[in-house]
Amino acid sequence: MAKQEHKQPLVHIVKRSAMPFKKALAIRAAAIVIALLLCGIIAMMLAKTNPINIYGAMIKGAFGTENKIWNLLQDIAILLCISLAITPAFKMKFWNCGAEGQVLIGGLGAVTVMYFLGGKVAYPVLLIIMIAVSILAGMIWAIIPALFKAQWNTNETLFTLMMNYIATQLVAFCLKSWVKSGSGVLTPMEQYGLPRIGHRYLLNIIVVVVITAIMYVYLKYSKHGYEISVVGESENTAKYIGINVKKVIIRTLLVSGAVCGIAGLLLVGGTDHTITTTTVGGRGFTAIMVSWLAKFNPLVMVLTTFLVVFLQKGSSQMQYDFGVNNAVSDIITAIILFFIIGCEFFINYKVVFRKKEDKAVKEAEQK
Amino acid sequence: MSEKRIALELRGVTKTFGEVVANKNVDLTLHHGEILAILGENGSGKTTLMNMIAGIYYPDEGHIYVDGEEANIRSPKDAFAYGVGMIHQHFKLVDVFSAADNIILGINDGTKYNKKEIAKKVSAIADKYGFHLEPGKKIHEMAVSEKQTVEIIKVLYRGAEILILDEPTAVLTPQETEKLFNVLRNMRDDGKSIIIITHKMHEVMSISDRVAVLRKGEHIATVETAKTTEAELADMMIGKKVSLNIERSEPKNPQRRLTVSNINSKNEDGISVLDNISFEVNSGEILGIAGIAGSGQRELLESIAGLYHLDSGSIVYVDPKTDKEENLRDKNPIQIRELGVRLSFVPEDRLGMGLVGNMDIIDNMMLRSYRRGHSAFLDRSKPRELAENIIKSLEVVTPDAHTPVRRLSGGNVQKVLVGREIAASPSLLMAAYPVRGLDINSSYMIYNLLNKQKESGVAVVFVGEDIDVLIDLCDRILVMNSGKITGIVDARTAKKEEIGLLMTKSTSIAEDEAAQKGGAVNG
Amino acid sequence: MIAFLTSAIRLGMAFLFGSTGETITEKAGHLNLGIPGVMCVGASCGCLAGSIYYNAVDGNLNPFLAVIIPILATVIGGALMGLIYSFLTVTLRSNQNVTGLVLTTFGVGVSNYMIAQLDAVSFGKANIYFRASLPFAEKLGWFGKLFFSYGVFVYLAIAIAVATTIILSKTRIGLNLRAVGENPATADAAGINVSRYRYLATCIGCGIAGLGGLCFIMDYLGGNWEYMIDAIGWLAIALVIFTVWKPSLGIVGSIIFGGLYIASSYITGVSFALKEILKMLPYAVTVIVLIITSIRAKKESQPPQSLGLSYFREER
Repeated sequence: MAKQEHKQPLVHIVKRSAMPFKKALAIRAAAIVIALLLCGIIAMMLAKTNPINIYGAMIKGAFGTENKIWNLLQDIAILLCISLAITPAFKMKFWNCGAEGQVLIGGLGAVTVMYFLGGKVAYPVLLIIMIAVSILAGMIWAIIPALFKAQWNTNETLFTLMMNYIATQLVAFCLKSWVKSGSGVLTPMEQYGLPRIGHRYLLNIIVVVVITAIMYVYLKYSKHGYEISVVGESENTAKYIGINVKKVIIRTLLVSGAVCGIAGLLLVGGTDHTITTTTVGGRGFTAIMVSWLAKFNPLVMVLTTFLVVFLQKGSSQMQYDFGVNNAVSDIITAIILFFIIGCEFFINYKVVFRKKEDKAVKEAEQK
Repeated sequence: MSEKRIALELRGVTKTFGEVVANKNVDLTLHHGEILAILGENGSGKTTLMNMIAGIYYPDEGHIYVDGEEANIRSPKDAFAYGVGMIHQHFKLVDVFSAADNIILGINDGTKYNKKEIAKKVSAIADKYGFHLEPGKKIHEMAVSEKQTVEIIKVLYRGAEILILDEPTAVLTPQETEKLFNVLRNMRDDGKSIIIITHKMHEVMSISDRVAVLRKGEHIATVETAKTTEAELADMMIGKKVSLNIERSEPKNPQRRLTVSNINSKNEDGISVLDNISFEVNSGEILGIAGIAGSGQRELLESIAGLYHLDSGSIVYVDPKTDKEENLRDKNPIQIRELGVRLSFVPEDRLGMGLVGNMDIIDNMMLRSYRRGHSAFLDRSKPRELAENIIKSLEVVTPDAHTPVRRLSGGNVQKVLVGREIAASPSLLMAAYPVRGLDINSSYMIYNLLNKQKESGVAVVFVGEDIDVLIDLCDRILVMNSGKITGIVDARTAKKEEIGLLMTKSTSIAEDEAAQKGGAVNG
Repeated sequence: MIAFLTSAIRLGMAFLFGSTGETITEKAGHLNLGIPGVMCVGASCGCLAGSIYYNAVDGNLNPFLAVIIPILATVIGGALMGLIYSFLTVTLRSNQNVTGLVLTTFGVGVSNYMIAQLDAVSFGKANIYFRASLPFAEKLGWFGKLFFSYGVFVYLAIAIAVATTIILSKTRIGLNLRAVGENPATADAAGINVSRYRYLATCIGCGIAGLGGLCFIMDYLGGNWEYMIDAIGWLAIALVIFTVWKPSLGIVGSIIFGGLYIASSYITGVSFALKEILKMLPYAVTVIVLIITSIRAKKESQPPQSLGLSYFREER
């Protein structure tokens, strides 16, 4: 052996068979802590104050007043809803990057009903039509790429991306046709929105709590959820047990689109009572990261959503307190996400130096 | 006879993967201007040995000499520098590139990328040895034999003097094989040294100057082809029969359970992977299927299980209770199940097909049964019971039933899979390489499980690679080569060498009979 | 009409930088959804460098330096973004889609920050040099206007697109790069260093794409940087599909996209609402191209085969 010691590469990367859950969790937590420290330093340089003030401001921004807590909860609810919506698709390894458009179209459905039928039909009827149209619109927007994926294996990432902008322009078209004044702003139609229960965000929050529970049960305890897991893990296994993969793709995207439609309904019918091209505001993309970070587990997703929204709220507080630009929140969020994405490597792979090689090979053999 | 110069020499080469010894102390010599055939069963270490010469693996011990000088080959690039080029079984070509582009890929000799010049050079090499190749043709428009030509020219273009071909004829028709052999003979006459791996005995006899036989990673002997016989080679390849003490009962009341008649299937390259296959499986017996890996065993089982498309023929299942016959051809696994066919299948790819690695044992238990009942929700109570049962009765080593199967060791993964398939109380059970990678104890446990199934009247199909096991475990053994059945023998009276010969034979039983008849008429 | 065409060309070049850069990246097998962010950061770096230079010389700009400094800074900024992406996806084997999206979030954040921080006066001045056209353009009437009335970016974009086309199809480096994106295992076996190609292609591609951001601000917007430019980035990604991964087609494609994007401002007699539908066209056409290529399944017009997949040698 001695003669050949320089012949194997110095560093060798081996795929891990599996890491205990706790250890994986510890690595992720460590990544977040390191990232937070780094962000603290960056914010410190920008805001020219000590880190304790910065973290204090972030906490204040998220929980400072009752109103802030409601805002935090509302933002968590909406982002969580969209994250839940794309989760079944992602679990199936269908890269649905089109939540942005699917939500917007759902919202457009709601606003269309409010605009044309508001005041013309009884409120309960309006409500039912509005809900149905939103959900249907989201489903249609999701099913189009799914059909092409199932039939011709059309690249769904690129397809769904393009569908986002088609949706945006469709909204712009509707606004321009409906709003005759030059402002281009559709006056909020609060009277035709979803009913208000207590605080104006409470209904949204309740709906999302219910969806979270349903999605958790759907993915974990239903036969559909089981089929989604099998297709996502291995199409070969799916064929072996006779799952119709095309059918599952289409069905799952219908579910995904429907929940996106609901998110649009909540944003328009339950929050803004109007629509703009930026109503969704990039949450369709943020949701992808949230869902992925949670490893597609709806309950963990509550935590990852909280993390992302907390960062956004916290950094916008820094804007008020230290005159730091609002955009810092995006930068900080991105840096933390870079760390979390990067740390996955240490969970899935193992770096082995040359002298430990034998052991590594054994481990590789075992899997 | 003048002494030939040695082109390549291996001395004491050993390679281990973990605890598995792939090659042990192998010595081998290759002369200039000769064709050396390498013969050996699956797992005899042929491909590993060749990969070490080609720079894919690095030997743990031993030395490689090229033209008398010690060669340190760490990558395919190094191998090329020593004039060694290997044509792998799975082609490494970029589909959307032309033949010429694939041939020069990765070469940086400082010359300009001039398509015309390159095409000329490629054509010159092709013409020299008698290949037919259009340098501008795209790989995805090519038949397999053309792709192989590209691979060979790729190696020649890089100036290889020593060519290694890993089972080149497995993907070729007999006519194409003959063409290839002519080309190889041209190359030999040009002074090139060629190593060829093949399982077909008549090819070994017709193409090679010498034959090296490997068995279980060791070099048994190298003999001159002209001075040996097929039987002697098969003998060396298979070795002596080892008794395994597997208890075997006589089949009780055998009934026809499955009749496969004249099934055919061609793959997308137009190669026959199943060539006129016909046989029967009876209840209460274990039918073994022997053959070198890739002889059509996987496709055969998958076509019975409704996973592989057939071009013609029929697969008829006889229901043990009603004696009703059902044709399973062109039905998917669900349709087969709905017909009431109790078919269990342990596929070769355990974690890629039979089980889902990231799911726990319980969820894997219900892969086949989760659809039961009208509820939209899963019923995990029965799978949980089943999981607990299997863990207990088959002694699966696992922390608990909630452990993802990916974390279990190979033997335990297999117990989970076989346990589940047997729990479905099949009337036909097919298992592909169920003991591959398992230790002795786990292997015997699987043999016992199969035997119990047989005794309870199940028709068992067992695809195996160890001939000793096949002879001791099975009642009948069906031997395949190149998608054909080359023989069906009684396991109780079969000799190991006989099976070895059948494994390397290239004509099917039907063809033999036809030839005999023809011969009788002519005579 | 001439005004429309010249305007379409000038906008189109921003797309062309982006799509050429993304094509190089995708040819190496990287589906970089971070291009919008890369363009944002590229523009930010360019503008930052430009404004530092402006302040350093108290507004007495040297025309050559006023152009070359921002361009170099942009390329470096874009390449650094590519480096982050490559480090995560190649070395750490992260998911390409997620990494790209985070990169976009990051880039948009950076550019928003910069919009607020930087003094717009400096690039208001500098853009004159970016848009300076050839002196004889005016003398040649409509012909001169159509072909020679542009600043440095238009010619640079076309030159890069042409050069990329030549390198991809006519050199060994291009051949090796395409092999890496199509079938990294084959490339690896042929002795090509897959990781190095992926790193380099991504960094170079991102550097080029970054120029698209600078081009949009300095040339098309005339130094008037007031809103995010990520929409340009998404269109650049669409353009890659639209041109079926061919930068040479990108020259024409980008002008078509530019035309479609601004058509609404030039067409009279159409309602405001319908103009929004016109803006939808680039995306709709891209979807149609995507569908047609997948249905025809012609090998040559498919995305690189291993697009979006990490390569790990031990997995073969």
